[in-house]
Amino acid sequence: MATTGVEFKEKESPAKPAKVVNDLSIQVATVNGSGSQTANTVLLRAIFQMGIPVSAKNLFPSNIAGLPTWFTIRACKFGYIARRKDSEFLVAMNPETAEEDVHTLQPGAACVYDERLDLKRLRDDVIFYPVPFDQLVAPVCPDARLRKLVRNMVYDGVLARLLGIEMEEIHKALQKQFRKKAKAAELNWTAARVGYEFAEKNLPKQDRHVLERMDKTRGKILIDGNSAAALGAMFGGVTVVTWYPITPSSSLCETLIEYMKRYRIDKETGKATFAIVQAEDELAAIGMVMGAGWAGARAMTSTSGPGISLMAEFVGLGYYAEIPGVIFDVQRVGPSTGLPTRTAQGDVMKNALLSQGDTKHPLLFPCSVEECFTLAVEAFNLAEDLQTPVFVMTDLDLGMNNWMSDPFPYPEKPIQRGKVLSAEDLQRLGGFERYRDVDGDGVGYRTLPGTPHPAAGYFTRGSGHNVKAIYSERPEDYVNNMDRLARKFETARARVPGPVIQEAPNADFGILAYGTSHWAIVESVDQLKQDHDLTASYCRVRAFPFSEQVKDFIRRHRRVYVVEQNRDAQLCGLLRLELEAESIKKLRSVLHYCGLPLDARSVTDAIVAYEREK
Amino acid sequence: MATTTVPPAPPKKVNRIGLEMANYKGNKTTLCAGCGHNAISERIIEAFYELGVEPHRVAKLSGIGCSSKSPAYFLRSAHGFNAVHGRMPSVATGTMLANRQLIAIGVSGDGDTASIGIGQFVHLMRRNLPIIYIIEDNGVYGLTKGQFSATADIGSKLKTGVVNDLPAIDTCALAVQLGATYVARSFSGDKKQLLALVEGAIAHHGTVMLDVISPCVTFNDHEGSTKSYSYVKDHDEPLEEVSFIPFFEDIAVDYDPGTSTDITLHDGSRLLLRKLARDYDPTNKIEALRVLTEAHDQGEILTGLFFVDTKRPSFIDLLNVVEEPLATLPESKIRPSKEVLDEVMESLR
Repeated sequence: MATTGVEFKEKESPAKPAKVVNDLSIQVATVNGSGSQTANTVLLRAIFQMGIPVSAKNLFPSNIAGLPTWFTIRACKFGYIARRKDSEFLVAMNPETAEEDVHTLQPGAACVYDERLDLKRLRDDVIFYPVPFDQLVAPVCPDARLRKLVRNMVYDGVLARLLGIEMEEIHKALQKQFRKKAKAAELNWTAARVGYEFAEKNLPKQDRHVLERMDKTRGKILIDGNSAAALGAMFGGVTVVTWYPITPSSSLCETLIEYMKRYRIDKETGKATFAIVQAEDELAAIGMVMGAGWAGARAMTSTSGPGISLMAEFVGLGYYAEIPGVIFDVQRVGPSTGLPTRTAQGDVMKNALLSQGDTKHPLLFPCSVEECFTLAVEAFNLAEDLQTPVFVMTDLDLGMNNWMSDPFPYPEKPIQRGKVLSAEDLQRLGGFERYRDVDGDGVGYRTLPGTPHPAAGYFTRGSGHNVKAIYSERPEDYVNNMDRLARKFETARARVPGPVIQEAPNADFGILAYGTSHWAIVESVDQLKQDHDLTASYCRVRAFPFSEQVKDFIRRHRRVYVVEQNRDAQLCGLLRLELEAESIKKLRSVLHYCGLPLDARSVTDAIVAYEREK
Repeated sequence: MATTTVPPAPPKKVNRIGLEMANYKGNKTTLCAGCGHNAISERIIEAFYELGVEPHRVAKLSGIGCSSKSPAYFLRSAHGFNAVHGRMPSVATGTMLANRQLIAIGVSGDGDTASIGIGQFVHLMRRNLPIIYIIEDNGVYGLTKGQFSATADIGSKLKTGVVNDLPAIDTCALAVQLGATYVARSFSGDKKQLLALVEGAIAHHGTVMLDVISPCVTFNDHEGSTKSYSYVKDHDEPLEEVSFIPFFEDIAVDYDPGTSTDITLHDGSRLLLRKLARDYDPTNKIEALRVLTEAHDQGEILTGLFFVDTKRPSFIDLLNVVEEPLATLPESKIRPSKEVLDEVMESLR
């Protein structure tokens, strides 16, 4: 903790600016539907292939074509991959937003722009690189219809020249992007080269940013969170998938369909070891999950906030009738339609307590694409072990953006099917009672429909029932059941993934966060230390119910900042329900809810402001 | 198997798999005495008994309402699932996806189907999921004490004097149009016809939509109701006489080729339709819609098998799912190898 009260100030750099290597953020402003996704992905990939840690955020509108889109690429030799608030490099391709985009730049930043936009007049403290995109692309692409799409590849070439991105890597990335479409790859490659050559001849380097080859991405992969979760589901042994399209979750099931068709067709019979159904709505999607889970399948759906709202009644049934199922919630900004293409952690409180009556559900919070995979695998085991719906809480930032990652580990644990009695078991036992707490962990034994034994059948219902699953309105049966469900939740507490704690000796305070906030926190912890001499311990929560370690973390710190991407401090609210008064007093919320991914500076500033207050 | 030659005690009546009728019964009904739903449960019990279906192969599903309580009153040893209001079709779909070897029987009501559940009903019909979907249809919400449902006929009157001024949804016409492959209507009091239709339903592979007019003795069995016992008895016009011949019985039924239609179902059993008034072809969709519309216009309740299609593939067949239940596939079939993960990871580098 800073005790001097003197702020550390960076020394002014000498007159001639030194070059800055591998530490910049590039913002590309385009119009959606213009094919910029290809150009941007190629750029991201080329930097990644040069061994430089890199991340990308696609900020896109809820629209098919014609509205502004921003794509931010951050290259950082230190390995920070959170979004940065400002960029050193702007590529201004969208006439609608160009002027505003230029005005947001910090002094000294650079701007590559479409010459026609005449942006140079706007600022004299920004370096401008004008490029005549239309003139350059016309000879390359005689087909006028394709020109709009190929045009963006020209800026890849320009940036490659200005920043030192190796053209060979651009070429490789293009080939990966277009795989079997050799013609398209060639056309785009020519456009990139034209851009490169133009810059070489006409744009002398004026800014100080360069990218140089490193060795920090060796062996790593690039993947979006939805694809990672889809892989997790496939390796988790999912057999029934039901879904309804909704941004930002649609690509999870769409990718899953592709993977399943390739890797889950039974070799002997040529038949599918799965069933995937696009349902008529989210009510039906979760209803099918409940039916399938009841009948013994590993069943899942994926959705976002509005879908969850529709699923509320069925999830309550799943809790009370005790039916396994996995629900991926790729969160977006609400309420109502909200900002459907922007990110948030706004469904935490709702999902934790979803449905009427006393209900509580386990939630898992992956922070990375790797955890999208590992926690998806784990979610299926948990759901069947606990016989209850389990939520995997990702968000648009994680789900739809590309992230670099270590390759995913093959699941070590065999698939766990929970307490299911077979006909042989029933023969041995003579029968069973569906809702009796035989093992004291709150989890009863179940049988699956179709089990060939006269004692196997029982009646599942959302209305009151006794231990034998028989309809009951008796007060003691109701209380007995609810108390057992509470015990089961304690079993879940011990069973869900615990937090990841980065303990700092003599910490000034603790930071508690979850999900994609992680990447901003990691950077913020370093900023707090370097810029403000504040030492923070960091607890990353991975699940609700909260493990005892989470509560202990709060107990042993003077103050704990709970960082979330919602307005109402939802996870903090859940913590308050479980903590003693002494601990509750220590909590301070740092909240971010503008729809953009969280950045480190916002966290650092908020915490420093709090610390100065005291 | 016992091989003794000593004759045992007087044999109890059993079916072809050696089970007694008692094995097909359920818990004691809690519905009102005289409720048509109880008669339907009895026919279901008889049909499964007669066909010798092993009870554990059956999954009973329902939504919410008086009708939806009834799965507890038949086939006690089968698994049952009383789901949420109007959403049984999705639960049944998930169940059948998980285990295609089950025989699903879903019991719904007119409110559960035609009002809150119309969305799921519509999509169930178009998928042709293998299921026997029975509507216990009394045109009224019994469990909430007698409000109109969307199958109440226009002009019908509640006990309170309220008159229904909206047209009824004809669930059979809807089912025919949407793609259900076995569509019939019956009356809970018509034992013979209902039993034959339920037996035919069990043998059918695809969506069976069976609307059974089942008067509510408490809220809708009075003079102003078009779904009272007396009204239905007076206006019931059977389309044909239906006989069911299981595939395992010798087929030796006297029927006159000139006056009957014979339909072979998936398991080889047959439905024999003895025509009454007209020359009716239950494989003709347009004809089915025509007779239903005509009956409506004439204030008649037409009963019988309106439409059957034994050729259309079921939803499960379309999905090309393995024969064994997905629910119990071993890990070797549902978790790809480490080599597969390595291959995927390599493609992402």
